[in-house]
This record gives sequence, structure tokens and C-alpha cells, in this order.
Amino acid sequence: MQNNETMRVQDRKSRIEKHHIEDLIGRSYMSLCVLLLIISIVSMVYFVTSKGISTFAIDKVSLADFFFGTKWSPEGDNPTFGALPFIAGSFITTLLAALIASPLSICAALFMTEIVPGWGKKLLQPVIELLSGIPSVVYGFVGLSVIVPFLRNVFPGQGIGVAAGALVLSVMILPTITSVAADALSALPRNLKESSFALGATRWQTISRVILPTTLPAILTGVVLGMARAFGEALAVQMVIGNAPFIPKSLFESASTLTSVITLGMGNTTMRSPHNNALWSMALVLMLMTFLFVFIVRLLEKRRSI
Amino acid sequence: MEATLTAPQILKAPKMERDFRTENLSIFYGTYEAVKGISLPFPEKSVTALIGPSGCGKSTFLRSLNRMNDEISGSTSKGSIWIDGVDINAPGTDVIKLRQKIGMVWQKPNPFYKSIYENIAFGPKYHGVKGKKALDEIVESSLRRAALWDEVKDRLKDSALALSGGQQQRLCIARALSVNPQILLLDEPASALDPVSTGKVEELIKELKEQLRIVIVTHNMQQAARVSDFTAYFYLGQLIEYGMTEKVFTNPENTMTQEYIMGRFG
Repeated sequence: MQNNETMRVQDRKSRIEKHHIEDLIGRSYMSLCVLLLIISIVSMVYFVTSKGISTFAIDKVSLADFFFGTKWSPEGDNPTFGALPFIAGSFITTLLAALIASPLSICAALFMTEIVPGWGKKLLQPVIELLSGIPSVVYGFVGLSVIVPFLRNVFPGQGIGVAAGALVLSVMILPTITSVAADALSALPRNLKESSFALGATRWQTISRVILPTTLPAILTGVVLGMARAFGEALAVQMVIGNAPFIPKSLFESASTLTSVITLGMGNTTMRSPHNNALWSMALVLMLMTFLFVFIVRLLEKRRSI
Repeated sequence: MEATLTAPQILKAPKMERDFRTENLSIFYGTYEAVKGISLPFPEKSVTALIGPSGCGKSTFLRSLNRMNDEISGSTSKGSIWIDGVDINAPGTDVIKLRQKIGMVWQKPNPFYKSIYENIAFGPKYHGVKGKKALDEIVESSLRRAALWDEVKDRLKDSALALSGGQQQRLCIARALSVNPQILLLDEPASALDPVSTGKVEELIKELKEQLRIVIVTHNMQQAARVSDFTAYFYLGQLIEYGMTEKVFTNPENTMTQEYIMGRFG
């Protein structure tokens, strides 16, 4: 009897141990993957940071000269590394793109979810997915062969420039903002809308006074995500912006962005040269900006949950 | 409470009955007939309870009374809804105007993501009420009618979402009252609330029926018995039984009604 009992206990023990082993293997595998991910992110951040700092630490370029200097002449006899034109170019194109794309995206999202939820969604959903799947070089090419000639004919200048860059970018970030906004709108409890209707509010009043204010933090999240994409986009912008190292005085003048300067310059410089280091510093600025965008998104999400 | 007409008196007053009633009202979702030709009166100064198992069409029926089903694509209806001699189910009815006459409160409290004050002022603002003083008055009187004023009068600018569930529901009732409706539709208004809040909402219903007609959908038999004057039992989109609540609950004519009320079915 007693023997039987101990055997049963042992049996149970060994069965539990098997589960434990499976659990342990699964957990170690997961931990390994997460660890790998964290290591690669940390080392990337470390690499970009250490490279980016060397402009200031090794080449002794002052922070003020880099961030506020307007003259970019890295290969000259007396090299200067003023990156302000590119920082300004990045911000101007990004903000313009967001200004153009946000109203369009929000309207598209409202159309899909509120105005004609049936075929509106069926029609627009695949279009938006397609838009986000098109490679950026295609956007740049279309910009170069459609938008640039159009701008050249209508406005003064060569067509290439800030306006062309912002227009191309705005089309590229449309799907991001639209899909985030549409998700937020369709997640809204239906009876919130209905209680507005039940008070005799019209559809427009309901959209403008109930639906949009309620979903605003989520929609802004979409806008910030779109801006992050615009800020980091290199190829398409580079094709249409003209790549002149100056702060643009009008929308139809050539300019550069941080990304376009990096992609154009990286291949033509030698490692550890001051020029190369300056490009890394710009990469660092880009990275920090991305962190800032992520931070803003987090902040908005926190506000939404309250 | 003494001033209220007793249920038999109301039933004997056929002229009042005609004020608000449905006539052969059918509601379809696509080709599915969710409500099958129901004729039902809603007498003045009384509460009518709609009971029946889930999916019996009672909520659909309730929602059709202020044309809320218009917002659901694929939903169509046949028959008439008479209010003051006008068929509001007829095409061409101004739904926006109509909804000012008929307030509605949902199962889950759903205040707007605004302040308590803004929640109440929302409706009146759209119906031409101008000036802070007029709005202040409406906010106060609506909250008083919903027995919420004393609890929130010092924090009208606070977010409505900071209120408890029961307070939120009374806020929703106050919001519905803000446009001074003649009829109040309640879709299981207490099913998401705790017993104390439920008691308060039920008290409120009894008080409010002095001023307007109330139609309530409920799954809670005791609640229907407590608050309503008339009860209609729905099953599979049909009206099985209608009568004074007392009669329906103590001596129903139909055995199906009896079994449902006793909890043996549904």
C-alpha cells in the first residue's frame, strides 16, 4: 500500500518535472530572443552615439557651429560643418507634409468609419494598404515626373524644392495617419454616437463635437507617427528636393534634409574623416528626433487612457 | 405618487392612449424580421416595461421608437408610430426634430468625454438655447430632475468620467431630460449598476413618470414589477401578452408569459 503511494507521488513528480522542463526551455528561448533584441538596439544606439559625438570630441567642432552654423563645406580648405540648413529642411518638409496630410487623412478616416462605413471601408482600406506598400523610390520617381514639372509650370523656380518634397512626403504618410485614425474612430463605443443622435444632434454636430474631440489623442498619435515616418524618409525626398545646402527662402527653392545629405554623402567619405563624422552626428540627431516622436506618442497614449 | 392615475383608470381612457402608440410596426434587418407587426400603446404618466428573452426584439422595438435604427445600415421598417396624431415612421419625418421629443438612455452609462456641465448643455445648445444663464438653468433643472444635483453641484466642471457608474447613468438620464422630451426610452438602464445605484435609478423612474411617458426594456423581472404600470411580453419578435403589470405578473393569460416570469423559460 505504502509502496504504491510513494510510486504515485513519484509519478506525479516526474510528470510535473516534464512540464517544468518544457516551461524552462520555452522561457529561456524567449529570454534569449529578447536579450538579442535588446543587445542589438543598445549597441546600435551606442554605435551611432559614439560616432556622432566624435565630431565634437575629436574634430573639435563646437556644438553651436554644428547646430546653428549655416555653412556646410566639409571638404573645403577651411572645413565648416553647419548643419542647420539640413535640420531646418527636415523640420520644414515634415511639418508641411503633416499639415497637408492630416486633414486629408482624418477626412478619409471619417469617410470610412462614419459617412459610408459599408463600401467606403471596402474601397479605401485596400487603397490605403496599397499606398503604404509602394516603395519610396516609386514615390520619388512619380514626384520627379509629375509633381516637379507641375510645380515648375505653375510656380516660379525649377519645380524641385521644399514644396515638392513636402507633397511627396504627405502622400507617403497619408496611409499611416488614415489607418491609425480609422482604428481609433471605429474603436469608439457606438452608443456614444447614438446618445448624441438621440439628443437631436445632426451627423456633422456629432462628428465635430463628440467623435473628433473624443478620439483626438489617438488621431494625434497617428499624426506623430506619420511625422516620424516623414522625418526619416530619405530616398523619395532626395529625388525631388534639389539637395542644395542652404536654408530655403521660399517653398520652391532647393534644400536638403538630414536624411538626403546622409544618403548622398555617406558613400563618398572615408571612415573617421571629419566629413564622415559629421554625417554620423546628423544620424544621431535623426535618432534622437525619432526617440522624441516615440516619446510624444507614449505621452498621447497615456492621456488617452485617462 | 397619489396624484398618478392608477393603471385601470389609464386603460379606461382611450383618448390618451392614442397619443403615443405603434401600429403594426415591423422591423427588418435585411430580410430578417426582428419585430413582427406590433401594436402597442404607451399611456401618459406611466411606465411601460418590455420584457422577454434575449433576441426577442424588444430592444430593436425600443430603438425604433426614436428612429435610432436608421443609423444601422440594412435596417428597414413597416407600420406606424403615432405621436400626437403624426406618424413619425413615415418617410420625410424630420428625425432630428423628432429625437428632441424622445430621450433615450442606454444599458451602459455613456457620458461624453466632457465635463458634467458640458454633457447636459450639449443638447440644448443645438436646439437654440443661447446665453450662459439659460444653459445654467437647464443644467441645474436637468440634474435636479435626475436627482444628481446635490452630488455634483460643486464640481460641474469636472470630467463626467470621474463619476461612479451609478452617477454616470443618472447623468445620462439628466442629459436625456435636458432637451425636455415627452417620452423617455430606457434600454436596460440599471443592468450595469450595483443594487444601491439600481434602487436610485428605479426611484427616479417612478418620480419621472409624473412628467413624461417612460418605456423601459429590462431583463430583471422584479424591476419590471416594481417600476412599471404596464408590461408587454415579447417572444421571437411577437407580442405575446400586454396588460397591466399587476395582472401580467400575478395572473398572466398566456402560459408562455407565466413560464418566463417564473424563470422556467428564456
